[in-house]
Amino acid sequence: MHDQFDLMTLIFGRLTLDAIPYHEPILVATFIMVALGGAAVLGAMTYFRLWGPLWRDWITSIDHKKIGVMYVVLGLIMLLRGFADAVMMRGQQAMSFGDSHGYLPPHHYDQVFTAHGVIMIFFVAMPLVTGLMNYVVPLQIGARDVAFPFLNNFSFWMTAFGGGLVMVSLFVGEFARTGWLAYPPLSGILASPDVGVDYYIWSLQIAGVGTLLSGVNLIVTIVKMRAPGMNMMRMPVFTWTALCTNVLIVAAFPVLTAVLAMLSLDRLFGTNFFTNDMGGNAMMYVNLIWIWGHPEVYILILPAFGVFSEVVSTFCSKRLFGYTSMVYATIVITILSYLVWLHHFFTMGSGASVNSFFGITTMIISIPTGAKIFNWLFTMYRGRIRFELPMLWTMGFMITFVIGGMTGVLLAVPPADFVLHNSLFLIAHFHNVIIGGVLFGMFAGINYWFPKAFGFKLDVFWGKCSFWFWTIGFYFAFMPLYVLGLMGVTRRMSHFDDPSLQIWFEIAAFGAFLIALGIASFIIQLVVSFKRREALKDFTGDPWGGRTLEWSTSSPPPDYNFAFTPLVHDNDTWADMKANGYQRPLDGFLDIHMPKNTAAGFIIAACAAVCGFGLIWHMWLIVGAAFVALLVSTIVHTFNYNRDYHIPADDVVRTEGERTRLLAAHV
Amino acid sequence: MATLLARRGLLLGVLLPSALLLAGCNTVVMKPSGDIAAQQGHLIFVSTMLMLLIIVPVIVLTFWFAWRYRHSQTDASVPYDPEWDHSTMLELIIWGAPLLIIIALGLLTWITTHTLDPYRPLERLDARHPISADVKPLTVEVVALDWKWLFIYPEQGVATVNELVAPVNTPIRFKITASSVMNSFYIPALAGQIYAMPSMETSLNAVINKEGDYEGFSANYSGAGFSDMRFTFHGTSQDGFNQWVQSTKAAGGALDRPVYQDLAQPSIKVPVRRFATVDADLYHAILNRCVANGSTCMDQTMMTDLNVKPGHEAKQE
Repeated sequence: MHDQFDLMTLIFGRLTLDAIPYHEPILVATFIMVALGGAAVLGAMTYFRLWGPLWRDWITSIDHKKIGVMYVVLGLIMLLRGFADAVMMRGQQAMSFGDSHGYLPPHHYDQVFTAHGVIMIFFVAMPLVTGLMNYVVPLQIGARDVAFPFLNNFSFWMTAFGGGLVMVSLFVGEFARTGWLAYPPLSGILASPDVGVDYYIWSLQIAGVGTLLSGVNLIVTIVKMRAPGMNMMRMPVFTWTALCTNVLIVAAFPVLTAVLAMLSLDRLFGTNFFTNDMGGNAMMYVNLIWIWGHPEVYILILPAFGVFSEVVSTFCSKRLFGYTSMVYATIVITILSYLVWLHHFFTMGSGASVNSFFGITTMIISIPTGAKIFNWLFTMYRGRIRFELPMLWTMGFMITFVIGGMTGVLLAVPPADFVLHNSLFLIAHFHNVIIGGVLFGMFAGINYWFPKAFGFKLDVFWGKCSFWFWTIGFYFAFMPLYVLGLMGVTRRMSHFDDPSLQIWFEIAAFGAFLIALGIASFIIQLVVSFKRREALKDFTGDPWGGRTLEWSTSSPPPDYNFAFTPLVHDNDTWADMKANGYQRPLDGFLDIHMPKNTAAGFIIAACAAVCGFGLIWHMWLIVGAAFVALLVSTIVHTFNYNRDYHIPADDVVRTEGERTRLLAAHV
Repeated sequence: MATLLARRGLLLGVLLPSALLLAGCNTVVMKPSGDIAAQQGHLIFVSTMLMLLIIVPVIVLTFWFAWRYRHSQTDASVPYDPEWDHSTMLELIIWGAPLLIIIALGLLTWITTHTLDPYRPLERLDARHPISADVKPLTVEVVALDWKWLFIYPEQGVATVNELVAPVNTPIRFKITASSVMNSFYIPALAGQIYAMPSMETSLNAVINKEGDYEGFSANYSGAGFSDMRFTFHGTSQDGFNQWVQSTKAAGGALDRPVYQDLAQPSIKVPVRRFATVDADLYHAILNRCVANGSTCMDQTMMTDLNVKPGHEAKQE
């Protein structure tokens, strides 16, 4: 009998050399590329002596602006990974017909589509959205930072380490083969005994803590830290959508945490929440995960709606049409998003009355959403529209999103859903709203606020290339999927028998190629803009003729954002200030009280990631050690009383004087 | 050159959507062979038309406003009104118009969700043929296994793997469950899908109106063998069906519990199998997770839990 303590098992759990996929050429090639790229980056950083600045100015930074930028960078890096997965899927489906089985066996293909979904939602869309909110909200409400700056840094690192765990699964072990929501019994220990689902659970649990805390942080910031005079109905619409999104996050993410905790109890300790036997009920999981999952899609889209509202009114040089109805539409969507979750599983046998109820509540959401579209439309009416890059993305959104909205309402009709559910029609629909809505929104936002963050605009030519490749590529990639859905083709297939379908998959693969050019153009846009930064420089802090407070300060804003807290008399505060002859204060500056950087967030999150990795591989010794380290570092941090400092008035005078000179020289 | 490009662009802009539309309309979902699926396809068409009433104007207005109010235009008569941000009349229209459409669509949804409820016994074979009260539907018990379909015909006493046969213009009542993970039972030509889930039963009432061979498959990802979890659904004449039952019975083979337990082991691309006899209690045992010798059926456990509560036992005695 071998049941005495085995030190190797205690340390390494079920991790053995077999877990390294050195026999899979695709993964080996990927690993070599990542290793070479990583070595180059590390070498360059050492050569240019960037480790110190990276640690002091970024990793330990509690400045909401830097954290916002780091979130966006995280989102963009993960976009490359998620898109690589998408290209692999499109390639596989375009060639795997009849006798050909493509190049991905089900074992690999099933991980690819699961990882694609998880990464795109949790580690691309969420960081991009959170990043924009983090950067913009404090500036829009005239605050100097968020309410809990340390928590903000900690939240970011939890999200980043969660994403890191997903990346580790590429080269150590494997990822889940369950689809992005990991329905049991398929995700249970009987059908998925290996580590894939555990990677899924623990990366989401760690990232989920970050998301929840950043939600709390932004709610408190918006509720408590608005500049004097900015009552709720004078908040910029982006701040409103950020508030609603964070309320949704705080209410929804604990449900995800709980349901994943129960799933992990089932897997680790043999409980029977979602098993087939002993009274377990998998439907319970499906209900709970969608009670989180449906609000989640509104968590993503609401801030995008906020971006479009800011962009439309700025680039039409006009007040936003129907501010009040825009705000109420946002609130109505927030509330209704909790009453529709069952529409994700009409086909699981609920009665007709239950299905009709959830179908109709779903349709009702289209009324406030429609009102928003009309509000943007009538903001354009009698405006003077400048088709700068953010406005182009917004136009692309308005056309694309209404099509996605229409197919969404169609799917909300239960008898129609019975024939379209799980089909490629559904896939086309949600990419239609997530790419056409969230992603276009994020690109609009990045192009819009980039000059604020870095002090120079993004290059227009490559920006237009990116926009057109993305938009046309989207239509080529997803319109064929609508047709395929009507042909009764279902999602997540790795092989097809019917050769007549192939042409549609080839068109879709071509679309994915165009999108790849769109992404490449975006990267080139960043590089070219950096090279041309002197020509693209923004001296005024207000390159677009902006209407909200973030445009009243310099680009990039000083550490303290505003030398004096602004006074607010109207919504579109900055437009109002400009119209009424606002004068920048030139003297009378005081010391400014600011929070101090700390490494605690990074360290605690790193401990959490090690703990998660141990839990995945059943390395109980490491789990224990990491957990103790996590607790100790948290407790030690609570005794850190050295958390703030003052920016001396002299520094403020110098910074503001510099800006005065710049403004005088260039305006 | 510019006009040529514009003409090509126009051609592409008009042709491509029309090609998509045509392709979309000639599909199995829009032109199926069973009455339930036909009504569902028709519903998709009607709902889409209803929504296009508002979608098309929005798209047209977007392009029109974008063109008319562009910054670069030189026509001074085009109004510019930077302070204009409210109109009660417009607000009423932009909230009211979608509301009216959703009321219409909501009514349609309520009615069709009830009439096309998969649990509801059929009332008609197609638009012109109501079902008389004495017609008894054909019952088929469906079990999703890893990764193949088992069909049990309790009235005929036969069973098949990956082959479904039913006479045309006869109501069929499917009772559906699964052995281990979730799948979805879907024959697009016949009717919408419904999930097959272990230890739960769902049901589907449908009818096929045209003879022919149709595709059936699992519409919910269920693991490695999912892509090949397909079967053919043969819609035959009543005589054809009777003959098929007779030949299946004549061919021999019994589906008892040990054979089922073998069959339930994961396997991919399983060829058609037929069984002349089938354990009459097998479906009940699969649904209640008591196929294995000596296991207690779930329904029995639940009965026990309901009737004999701890503590009550002592009192009764």
